[in-house]
Amino acid sequence: MTYKNYHVTRTSQAARIAAIVGAVVLIILIAAPWWAGRADLRLMGELFLYLALASLWNLMAGYAGLVSVGQQAYVGFGGYMLFALTMFGGLHPTVAIIAAGGLGALISIPVAALIFRLRGAYFAIGTWVMAEVFRLSFAQVSTLGGGSGTSLPVKIVKSLASGRSARESLSYWMALGAAVLVVAAVYLFLRSRNGLALTAIRDNELAAGSLGIDIWRTKFLVYIVASALTAMIGALIFLQKLRISPDAAFSVNDWTAFVIFIVVIGGIGTVEGPIIGTLVYFALRETLADLGTIYLMVLGLVAIVVMLRAPKGVWGLIRARFDLQLFPLGHRVVRTPDKGD
Amino acid sequence: MPEPVLQIAGLDAHYGDFQALYGVDMAVAAGEVLAIIGANGAGKTTLMRSISGLICNTAEQIRLRGETIGALRADQVAVKGIALVPEGRQLFPSLSVEENLLIGGQVGRPGPWSLEAVFKLFPILKERRAMPSTSLSGGQQQMVAIGRALMANPDLVLFDEISLGLAPIIIRDIYDALPGIIGEGMTAVIVEQDIAKALSVSSRVYCLQEGRVSLEGASDAVSRKDISRAYFGIE
Amino acid sequence: MEWLNSVVQGTLLGGLYALFAAGLSLIFGVMRLVNIAHGDLIVLAAYLGLTVTSATGLHPLLAMVLVVPAMAAIGYALQRGVLNQTLGDDLLPPLLVTFGLSVIIQNALLEVYSADPQKMNAGALETASVSVGGLALGVLPLLTFAIAVAVIAGLQFTFYRTALGRAFRAVSDNQDIAQLMGLNRRHIFGLAMALALAVTAVAGILLGIRTSFDPSIGGGRLIFGFEAVIIGGLGNLWGTLVGGVILGVAQTVGAKIDPGWQLLSGHIAFLLILVVRPNGLFPRVSG
Repeated sequence: MTYKNYHVTRTSQAARIAAIVGAVVLIILIAAPWWAGRADLRLMGELFLYLALASLWNLMAGYAGLVSVGQQAYVGFGGYMLFALTMFGGLHPTVAIIAAGGLGALISIPVAALIFRLRGAYFAIGTWVMAEVFRLSFAQVSTLGGGSGTSLPVKIVKSLASGRSARESLSYWMALGAAVLVVAAVYLFLRSRNGLALTAIRDNELAAGSLGIDIWRTKFLVYIVASALTAMIGALIFLQKLRISPDAAFSVNDWTAFVIFIVVIGGIGTVEGPIIGTLVYFALRETLADLGTIYLMVLGLVAIVVMLRAPKGVWGLIRARFDLQLFPLGHRVVRTPDKGD
Repeated sequence: MPEPVLQIAGLDAHYGDFQALYGVDMAVAAGEVLAIIGANGAGKTTLMRSISGLICNTAEQIRLRGETIGALRADQVAVKGIALVPEGRQLFPSLSVEENLLIGGQVGRPGPWSLEAVFKLFPILKERRAMPSTSLSGGQQQMVAIGRALMANPDLVLFDEISLGLAPIIIRDIYDALPGIIGEGMTAVIVEQDIAKALSVSSRVYCLQEGRVSLEGASDAVSRKDISRAYFGIE
Repeated sequence: MEWLNSVVQGTLLGGLYALFAAGLSLIFGVMRLVNIAHGDLIVLAAYLGLTVTSATGLHPLLAMVLVVPAMAAIGYALQRGVLNQTLGDDLLPPLLVTFGLSVIIQNALLEVYSADPQKMNAGALETASVSVGGLALGVLPLLTFAIAVAVIAGLQFTFYRTALGRAFRAVSDNQDIAQLMGLNRRHIFGLAMALALAVTAVAGILLGIRTSFDPSIGGGRLIFGFEAVIIGGLGNLWGTLVGGVILGVAQTVGAKIDPGWQLLSGHIAFLLILVVRPNGLFPRVSG
């Protein structure tokens, strides 16, 4: 009688292949400053930064159930901190970026203390109100340009690297690094105990609570970490833009609407989703952007249709069809190959 | 029997992914009081929800006076003359006693039942008419739930476990009032876990066991032994 | 005296904010839905008013006769066509769908009307004022406040004294059992949204007479409405009026101190109340 054995594993054939393909793609991307043109390099850098923002928003909304429409608060905060720390604190831009992340974490604590008093959709609008408070407050700071904003002094820009192409390569690598860092951090977090707690909370809050998981502490933690990293990305974004103003820094459209669309279309609550979503979003943008407002309406319409018809997004459809997980998170039972009888 | 007022044929009802009823056949004669008994999880409430339209099935599986209603929504079924006194009362907390009764009459069918008639039947409710419905005692809430169903002037009333959670003396009072409630022309189906009560008011009884009909007979003719076997599924 | 004037102006402004908030509050009360596109719908109503007044030469207040039913119809169609499908236990679908709607409405308005600020002309009404105890009170703000009070009273009456209001409350309590009463919940929700957008239409027209508007101001109006609801307490329409007044007063007094602080003062007042009374001043239901 043959006796088949089974074992429990996390990875799968698909995940192993994806890891290899991913490594190859990463090497190609790192080498981009040598094979890509300036415009393409800028585009890719922008793509990576949006990917990072989307992954973070997805962590908060898709896993922690914290739907924020106010993350632009931290994007702008990070940007302004970069300017302030380099212009008045004398910090080197790369140091300032990291510091912006730290400051973002600090400021997110009182913000969270306030808005966590609200639930559900009211929480969402509360985050928007906080972003508005940030915007209005920074508009009052005249040393940072007040309502019309300011530009990054040439001296600081030059301190990054000498020569424009060197600076552009550096910007690109920082963006790529940020995206890799964020996606890796999200993935590792979800694999950890805390991540498991988070997934449990998402699936059934009541049951999770009865298991002793401190729901609010976990959500609080996720909010702080996501906001801190968002602030860092914000600093990077405005380092590339070289100019900041309250309306640009705290724009709902740029830093929230598009991010939400990316996550929804790609697949909320999965690690792969934001990656797919970012690619789809940029593909749409490059082909339709000439149409201006029509493009935005199409985007909104696609988001609505996806939410109503395919709420798990593009990746959700693929995953349901092929039972794929490229970033192995779930456990599965696999048959151990027979060793003969 | 002459054309039954309610005819159920081959009903397979599902509760999400879970199948709760398997090919249930049942007939209810006009004007009779039918009891349905069975253990927890036997499918009694699923059956009530299917008949009242809260669960949608295939059209032909449920016929009311010959008309197929199996696929209709609950609000459409209510208009046809079926009223449900839901398990657990389920009054509207935001509405007062009177408002709960009034909304029962929302469907606007003509008939003998009106606010005054319900107050005459349950005088205590008239005293408490303006109070929030959920501030009443369990027994009084059950009266409101029954009154609410009657206000629709239905042809067929479904009573889903009206004794649940009530003190024995209250249960006795309500069952004593039942013949007066059901009155002339109305057909009633009574789902009960209290077998004695169910048999005492009904003329016929069905027993459900794990989603299937395990017994059918006249209430005064079925033996204890038959019922035990059918209830627990012991061969 | 000047401070008193600010407070009074703020109070009257609160009436407009209460109108922004009333529709939001109604929808949340009946179907636990928060419509992120609410502010943009207010702006849409203002633009519809603009189109009607330009096409017919009617006075903006009279234009309400056409705009209110139009918006009500839009609300019914929107609810039955799109929003009913988002209702359920999951928080994300209604939020994200209404967010998408917000983007669509804003950009549709941009396409049709351009980004130029517009304003409706109410003629003499805009500058008329009455003298009360040494203060000059604008007729338009007074009228707005009066309309707000009337609308809220009307909504209260509808909710607590009519069969429709009973239906709203029943469906919001227990959708399934409400259906047993012969209520088609999809239809009831549609009616609720129609009513909410009818109120929103009134708010939009009054907004369009009072200040200049453009497609992008929807978000700000949503936030004012939302703040008024939270300050006043969920589930309480009169509380929402109080919330609107507090917000209005905070803004005008803040503006008196420094014009750049107008909006910020309102937000700060909101945050203070959130700290001290997270459920608002007169809550009836929990979030």
